[in-house]
Amino acid sequence: MTEKTAATPAGSAGTDNAIHTRALAYRWPGMDTAMVFPDIQLARGEHLFLHGPSGTGKSTLLGLLSGLLVPERGTVQLLGETVSDWPNGARDRFRADHLGIIFQQFNLVPYLTASGNAELPCRLSSSRHKRAGPGVSTVARSLLAQLGLDEETAHRKVTGLSIGQQQRVAAARALIGAPEIILADEPTSALDTDNRDRFLELLLTMAAEQGTSVVFVSHDQALARHFHDHIALEGRS
Amino acid sequence: MNALRLALSLTAASLWHRRRVLALVCLTLTLSVTLLLGIQYLRTEVRQSFNNTITGTDLIVGARSGQLNLLLYTVFHLGDATNNIRWSTYQQLRTDERIDWVIPLSLGDSYRGHRVIGTNTQFFERFGYGDEQSLALASGDWFSDLFDVVLGANVARQMTHRVGDRITLSHGGGSTSFSRHDDLPFRVSGVLEATGTPVDQAVFIGLDAMEAIHVGWESGVAIPGRTLSGDEARERSYQPDSITAALLGLKRPILTFQVQRELNQYTGEPLSAILPGVALSRLWQVMGQFEKALLAIGGFVVVTSLVGLVSVLLTLQAQRRREMAILRATGASPALIASLYSLESLGLALLSCLLAVVLGALGITALSPWLLEHYGLQLGLRALNTDEWAVLGSVPLAALLVSLAPAISSWLTSRRQGFGGFE
Repeated sequence: MTEKTAATPAGSAGTDNAIHTRALAYRWPGMDTAMVFPDIQLARGEHLFLHGPSGTGKSTLLGLLSGLLVPERGTVQLLGETVSDWPNGARDRFRADHLGIIFQQFNLVPYLTASGNAELPCRLSSSRHKRAGPGVSTVARSLLAQLGLDEETAHRKVTGLSIGQQQRVAAARALIGAPEIILADEPTSALDTDNRDRFLELLLTMAAEQGTSVVFVSHDQALARHFHDHIALEGRS
Repeated sequence: MNALRLALSLTAASLWHRRRVLALVCLTLTLSVTLLLGIQYLRTEVRQSFNNTITGTDLIVGARSGQLNLLLYTVFHLGDATNNIRWSTYQQLRTDERIDWVIPLSLGDSYRGHRVIGTNTQFFERFGYGDEQSLALASGDWFSDLFDVVLGANVARQMTHRVGDRITLSHGGGSTSFSRHDDLPFRVSGVLEATGTPVDQAVFIGLDAMEAIHVGWESGVAIPGRTLSGDEARERSYQPDSITAALLGLKRPILTFQVQRELNQYTGEPLSAILPGVALSRLWQVMGQFEKALLAIGGFVVVTSLVGLVSVLLTLQAQRRREMAILRATGASPALIASLYSLESLGLALLSCLLAVVLGALGITALSPWLLEHYGLQLGLRALNTDEWAVLGSVPLAALLVSLAPAISSWLTSRRQGFGGFE
């Protein structure tokens, strides 16, 4: 349905990679053996479909990629930087500057408006603020509009929005300020089929427009057709 | 700075979002801060008004006794004199060239529970209170006739007496004395302005009137046929044998200690001379324990409400894990997450302090007429002093301190947090 492979350079040298992991392993406290993960190499602007049933460590892998977790073994390279070696504060700043995040559900800060939620990354990161341009709230509203949320909805408290609307607000938040990478953890699992396909298409199209790589995690194999690159997680070993 | 601004705006939005739950916490804290601040404010005011019960008087002289006793019966009209001082001693004080003025005080009778003070015009001219203020008449005049009486402001108000009313004094103290000087009624010649001191509770008559109503009472009760009628009394002249005490004003205050020492070593009769300021602060030391206890109770109430605040913040923390996970994933540092709790706590405390000041000001404005009426306490609004600012400042500081509990625990949680916050 979508072919986005043509637009991206095929090279695998250092800074052309959005993501490059090697021999990642992570052990949660209380676990006997570490979870190991297949290596990922994703070129900038490319989208990756990460498939795996529950319990295969999808969220753990996203934790490692986002820098919230530190691997027991192996390295995470993002945009050519070995982020997994960095101290906590630097990883937090890197995440604010270069990553967009979408969760499965309950994505939003309940006491902010839709546009307030969408603007959040620009307030945490000055580089994303700069990239978004001077009128951050205008940018947020136009992103929300592109995602099908009108002006009135943008000013509403997010607690009054439907799940589909909430996920689109989360997408706007991930996209704002054109981060290099978006990590999405089953963002469509709570949506019906129509909504799911529209949401995914919008997200991937808008990400492609600003050259953002999307790592999309889902247990739903039906979504794989939207992606060129696939990786399957086989569970812990 | 960016992070601080973000934290502040998130805090404001979050507080507003949870306003229903937090309103109660805020109310509790506001009331407790109002209580603490009110106690501190009243304490200062009461002490001030207490220390200014008598000013301008350099020495109080009475029969030999402790300084508190002498102070209590001369200034506060509480308790009884141990003995009187002789009229000759009083005359000697008047002629002493170091002494500027002498106010004689003769105690013993009462009017419906209010002390009757026999004195002369010196009292009206020389007695000082507050910030070196002197007495003023709200209506009428100081005595001109032998049987004229001047009432303190509260006495007049409570008994609804006006100038020209006739009143009968009782022999001895207490409000239910059985022996009354009813054959010699007095006429109210004047009513004093309120002073906020025991003067408001007193009834003033002339020294000679005090003598006149006691002619024929030498044995303690009236002996029929020996007492005087009003006209007989006016024709006689009186020379009291003794007075109860005297207030002295010196020409040169530097001589105070010298005169005091001489009076204490006076060989004519045993006398005590005290410095009113020193005696007042000694008396306050005795009563001061009480106000400290009150202040401590107020402090405990504030601590209790702060504990309540923390328990609410900790309860909310469980509800807020998702929100914190989102902020963490968006790039917020654990310190930013922790600061949200501290800022919320601080914000609530500041709001409570602000409300407490407003509430306190309204309360004082509303209650001050009532306090003056019933307790003779003149209470006005004034700028807060350093002690009160300290009380007010300690509340947000304490709130910040107790907020460390949820702040540190959320800092630790968010450091360990994985993707999505629940792993």
